[in-house]
Amino acid sequence: MTTIPILDPVKPAASTGSSKDDSQVRQKEMIGDHFERLSTAKEDGRKVVYTFVPGNLTELLRSLDLLPVLPEINALQAGMRKQSGAFIAEAEKLGHSEDVCTYVKCDIGMMKSGGIGPTGKRLPEPDLLLLSYTGCFTFMKWFELLREQYNCPVVMLHVPYQGEGKVTPEMRKYVVDQLERDVIPALEKLAGKKLDMKDLARRLDLSRQAEDDLVKVWESAKHRPSPIDGYFGGVYYIGPIFSAFRGTEEAVEYYKLLRAEVEERMARNEGPMTPDGPSTKERYRLVIEGPPNWTSFTDFWRMFSREGATVVASTYTRVGGLYDDGFRHDPENPLESLADYCLGCYTNHSLPARTAMIEKYVRDYEADGFLINSVKSCNSFSAGQLLILREIEKRTGVPGGFVESDLVDPRYFGKANIENRVQSYLQMLEARKDRGAT
Amino acid sequence: MKCVVGIDLGSTTTKAVLLDEGGEVIGRGITNSRSNYEVACAVAREEALRAARFTVLERALVAEAQHGVPEAERWNRTLRDQFRLELYLDELGELREEIVRVLRSLSYHRDREVLTAAAHEVIDGIVAEAPALFSEVGARRSDFFRDLAAAGFMAGAEKIASRDGIGFERLVGLFDRAILDVETRLTARPFGALLTRAGARLLGTESDELRRTALTRAIGRAAAEPIEEISFVGTGYGRQTLPFPKSAVKSEILCHGRGAHRVFPGTRTVLDIGGQDTKAIQVDDAGVVTSFQMNDRCAAGCGRYLGYIADELNLGLHELGPLALEAHRVVKVNSTCTVFAGAELRERLALGERREDILAGLHRSIMLRAMSLIARSGGVDNEFTFTGGVCRNPMATKVLGELVEENYGAGITINAHSDSIFMGALGAAMFGLDDVRAGRPAVMPSFVQAAMAQ
Repeated sequence: MTTIPILDPVKPAASTGSSKDDSQVRQKEMIGDHFERLSTAKEDGRKVVYTFVPGNLTELLRSLDLLPVLPEINALQAGMRKQSGAFIAEAEKLGHSEDVCTYVKCDIGMMKSGGIGPTGKRLPEPDLLLLSYTGCFTFMKWFELLREQYNCPVVMLHVPYQGEGKVTPEMRKYVVDQLERDVIPALEKLAGKKLDMKDLARRLDLSRQAEDDLVKVWESAKHRPSPIDGYFGGVYYIGPIFSAFRGTEEAVEYYKLLRAEVEERMARNEGPMTPDGPSTKERYRLVIEGPPNWTSFTDFWRMFSREGATVVASTYTRVGGLYDDGFRHDPENPLESLADYCLGCYTNHSLPARTAMIEKYVRDYEADGFLINSVKSCNSFSAGQLLILREIEKRTGVPGGFVESDLVDPRYFGKANIENRVQSYLQMLEARKDRGAT
Repeated sequence: MKCVVGIDLGSTTTKAVLLDEGGEVIGRGITNSRSNYEVACAVAREEALRAARFTVLERALVAEAQHGVPEAERWNRTLRDQFRLELYLDELGELREEIVRVLRSLSYHRDREVLTAAAHEVIDGIVAEAPALFSEVGARRSDFFRDLAAAGFMAGAEKIASRDGIGFERLVGLFDRAILDVETRLTARPFGALLTRAGARLLGTESDELRRTALTRAIGRAAAEPIEEISFVGTGYGRQTLPFPKSAVKSEILCHGRGAHRVFPGTRTVLDIGGQDTKAIQVDDAGVVTSFQMNDRCAAGCGRYLGYIADELNLGLHELGPLALEAHRVVKVNSTCTVFAGAELRERLALGERREDILAGLHRSIMLRAMSLIARSGGVDNEFTFTGGVCRNPMATKVLGELVEENYGAGITINAHSDSIFMGALGAAMFGLDDVRAGRPAVMPSFVQAAMAQ
């Protein structure tokens, strides 16, 4: 359902070889190091926990010296590296249907093809599967498959749905109780040591610092022109914080660097970096809902960037935490804030809450349009999207658009069709602007 | 006269519409899309230019009628038919040359002579039957050269093949190879010369001097009228490869919405079903698109679906609708896949269902698919306009009316115009007119340059 790209930095145009991409270089190093660590985990005697991005309990794992592996990231990485098609075919041979979430099939296929991770390094097998977010039912099924394959324990944290649009004290307590009773003991057993609450608090404080800077980065898009692309560029920004690095000094340092770069760009009134170099003209400001397509990520991005469309806010980049909605990890209340984090996943919000959030983005970021990239095999996201679309149009008067693709199945990205729709949509925005002007 | 050109390059047909500077339609053309988009655009544009000249001719003939040749006013219709006949004969001539060329290039010689003689005989037969095709109302199943020539060739080849013991497939194979080249070649066909030949057919040999002079004068006027194309806009399925610069390419969604709104200004919802896509479009009171939905990943339920079904039943596309109207009941047919629907059709026939009843079911299934897109785009408001090739199908229109009433209540005005297939090109031309009025430079696509160079 969710993920983060940890990928090669967007290459700046030759003429702009400035320091503005330091953060991207740094990000790539961090991720590379992590996969390197993973590849020798077993030799180094480290224990490995597989877990998912939404509701991930990285600080907890880190405090117990456990190494996290995020299967969705491996899948999206495989998608970007054009490996996912073969992996999916492999999974389908095993009997997985065409309609199953393609992240799952990609992961299973990768596993069956030798377990070589996105950077070419072998991934360690899991010692434990930590399911800390149950809002995506597929996650549960996914780990069921992995459990069978690796014969290792699953620890499940049941996370109630925010049906009423808020986290009640009972919900929080329910999750905290599970953390205390099930999750922490299981992790301690695996780690062979007790959890040091002081260390956990220190890590949560580091998380908070990085989260503060990330929010500043998101909010920079309120500036005209926006110095960032909050979707295509944004997925790079969320890499460290949504994965293995939350609660580390490295992440704090990375987000400080990123924020400084973005603020510098903003001060110079510069637009975001695109696959073709820095954006020179901001013609459209968009809010996008839904995950991007990974197999044709750059093609998809260019459909927007080449038309001068910048994404000023996106829901997908909030899947690992709604920090701009005010949430922060809290060293004073460590378990409660971890519970709130799990409960606060974007897709754990009700349709009215998601609609309200998008409406706020459209207004706060002064968007010209609101577009949905719908992924049929991801019901956590796609169920109700058309209702959201109509409601946003009604409330804001901003025209909605709808395209469909897939996460990592290359067969479901019809470039000509999608480009046709995106262009039609942008031309419609143009025509509506002209109409407004007259 | 000055005009702007809008071209809609669809997956099945390519349409062109010319507007004068006041925004009035002065000509339009349509041709089958082919593997060469440049040629498809050029042919559609050429036909639209001819139509514009026929408008000039019509006026000139009215003038002649007022100056001593009263029957001149009635010549227009016949001249159009005879013109088309002359065009067809020229094209057949090219086809013949191409077939001869193909035969010459064959690496084996054994039955080349037999085949050559047979091919000539087949084409002679088509030529002989041509005049009837262009004089009787309803004699032509299509207006496209490829369709007409193919039908004639098949019939002739079948006859000769069984008579002389030549392989039918080999003869038809010659046609298949030759037509590709003939169709994708850009050939100059001067209007004046063709029209003069058409005029000669009209008057025959015994006509008096007064009539001959009147006709020559009118033809001269139509042929000499300067037509200056001052702006071009392209749209359609082939947009990615349209031979237009990017600035002159408009989204088909915007063009269809605007074209439909121009013809039916009350329109708020537009359904366009073309060869391979279905679009549900909502427009505001100025014809500006406010929302749209298109079919995605799969084109079942579009025009090609009907084309496939027509092929399965060995019928012409235009025969499907009228036949379906004869249904006594509606057989339920799936619409999720064209190929499955074909299999289902054969199965139903084998089970003894009437062809008409199955066809009624097929029409309903494609319209149900369209209704889903309409719902997703925001539903139906009064008025509703149906455009695209499929709107020429009377059963499609009827079923749509029923479904709109079922889902959105009675009393909604549904427009389906016989010219609805041109809405995209019309909208494109209107954007071209905007460009002219905004003082943006006119754009000359490469295919126009190529045509002018000839």
